[in-house]
Amino acid sequence: MAEVEWPWQYSFPPFFTIQVHNETRTKQIAAWRSLILDYHKITKHCILDTREAQRTALFNNTAIDRKLPLEGIVTILEDLARTGNAQPLDKQKHRWQIYWHTLEEWADLVYSWVQRCGMMNTVCTLYEITDGDNSADEEFHGLDTEIMVKILQTLEVSKKAELFDDNQGVKFF
Amino acid sequence: MDRFEYAEARLSSGESFLIREKGVNLYDGNEKTSFEGGEVVLTSHRLLWARPGDIPRGLTCLSLPLRYVVFVEEETGSTSFGFSRSKKIVLHLSQALPGKIPGPVNRSSHHYMKLSFKEGLNSNFVQIINETIQSKKWENFSPAATPSQASDVKLRAGIVGIERGIQEKQKAADESISRAFQDLSKLMGMAKDMVNLSKNISQKIRERQGDITEDETVRFKSYLLSLGIDDPVTRTDFRSENKYYIELARQLADILEEPITDVGGMMALTDVYCRVNRARGLELLSPEDLIQACHMLEKLNLPLRLRQFDSGVKVLQLHSHSDVNVVKNTALALEDQGSLTAEELAQMLGISVLLAKERLMTTEKYGKACRDESIEGLRFYPNQFLQRED
Repeated sequence: MAEVEWPWQYSFPPFFTIQVHNETRTKQIAAWRSLILDYHKITKHCILDTREAQRTALFNNTAIDRKLPLEGIVTILEDLARTGNAQPLDKQKHRWQIYWHTLEEWADLVYSWVQRCGMMNTVCTLYEITDGDNSADEEFHGLDTEIMVKILQTLEVSKKAELFDDNQGVKFF
Repeated sequence: MDRFEYAEARLSSGESFLIREKGVNLYDGNEKTSFEGGEVVLTSHRLLWARPGDIPRGLTCLSLPLRYVVFVEEETGSTSFGFSRSKKIVLHLSQALPGKIPGPVNRSSHHYMKLSFKEGLNSNFVQIINETIQSKKWENFSPAATPSQASDVKLRAGIVGIERGIQEKQKAADESISRAFQDLSKLMGMAKDMVNLSKNISQKIRERQGDITEDETVRFKSYLLSLGIDDPVTRTDFRSENKYYIELARQLADILEEPITDVGGMMALTDVYCRVNRARGLELLSPEDLIQACHMLEKLNLPLRLRQFDSGVKVLQLHSHSDVNVVKNTALALEDQGSLTAEELAQMLGISVLLAKERLMTTEKYGKACRDESIEGLRFYPNQFLQRED
């Protein structure tokens, strides 16, 4: 697993207080967004639980003894959700899926890979896509199955794929 | 209603039965109570009320000692518009005595109660009750049994005891305060003479400049000045409020311009209030007058301005003192120190913490600072979010 490269803001204490001044806050939240997405991309974690988030290095910089308060985390996650980079999994908004690519971007990636491999009009399992040898070099290799289902569902809407067998298999068009 | 006591429907010694009425409802003030359709018995000492049949059996009933009844009248029923057949009489009651036996209602805001007679009323009733009250038979009654005796014995235990203690303390405090103010008003009276005397002296000095040396004159004048403002603007000098405030504003600007410059161009209104009143010595200003006068500052084009921060803090500041300057200086201080709390800035500049905080907030508002809220408190940093490009 690659090391996360922390931005300069990470060691700047005010980063861990949601700013009051509008313009400042916009900049701050933008920095948090890219940090959260980078972090999840590198660690390949897709699920973030707000109840535990404060314990992870992402929101808790022990070196300067600062952590982002829960409201701050939720604020940023909601901002991510606005652009389709995150989605709450429960009504209480405790568990979130983080998409460092939006679902549409993912769908494009998967579809172009399918085209390259000549898998059009054939049936394949989800396991083949996320863990098969063919996709070893792709970014979605090893991606969470739940997210893969959502990606394929996005393709389904644009009539480029069809899921069947209780979301175990898929056929591309 | 709170004057009622629970009692047994038995006559005590010396008490005699007078009259009985049926179908009586009790009202607490004008409000209906749950005591309806009962029997009322008037004795020489008390007014008893009970459910029908309870009194002959000697059960517990409600008892209103007649000593609480100040005055009885028949209600002239304008409220019922003549629809209700029932007659009502109103009993005006005095304060319940301490040590009263508990009754059905502990506290009532009304100082009167009503009896409503659904089944009509013996025309003599009001007359009889009035006569009974006037005869005050209960006063001849053996004193050991009356609650007024109980009030003489001080109860120390329980909430009543504590409440009484508090009441006594308040009374004592009240007295000492009013005594203190007596002294103060005497002092104020004397002070007028003192001010007049000093005015006379300064007048004389002016007239006979030659008799004493220049040096002595100056020294004496400085003594007078150190007593305070030599001629304070007072309300009695002016007919109209407006004029008073205008003069007051002028004087404020006069005496405050220098000290405010000294403390960096801004002074919290509380400090202003203290300073002004200290300088005035005896003709004290009220906070309202001060604020009114401060509102005049701008109209009169004086060098001071009243300013209210977003947080509600009010200050007087020099007209020349602008936010831009404050922001610039505070931002510089932040760059210098790396980060600052309000306390640190206050120490650096020799201003109050409140004002230091306002300065930092203003700097933040201009986007030159950002905050770090942690368990150690609120700290401000240079706004690297906006300044640093990466």
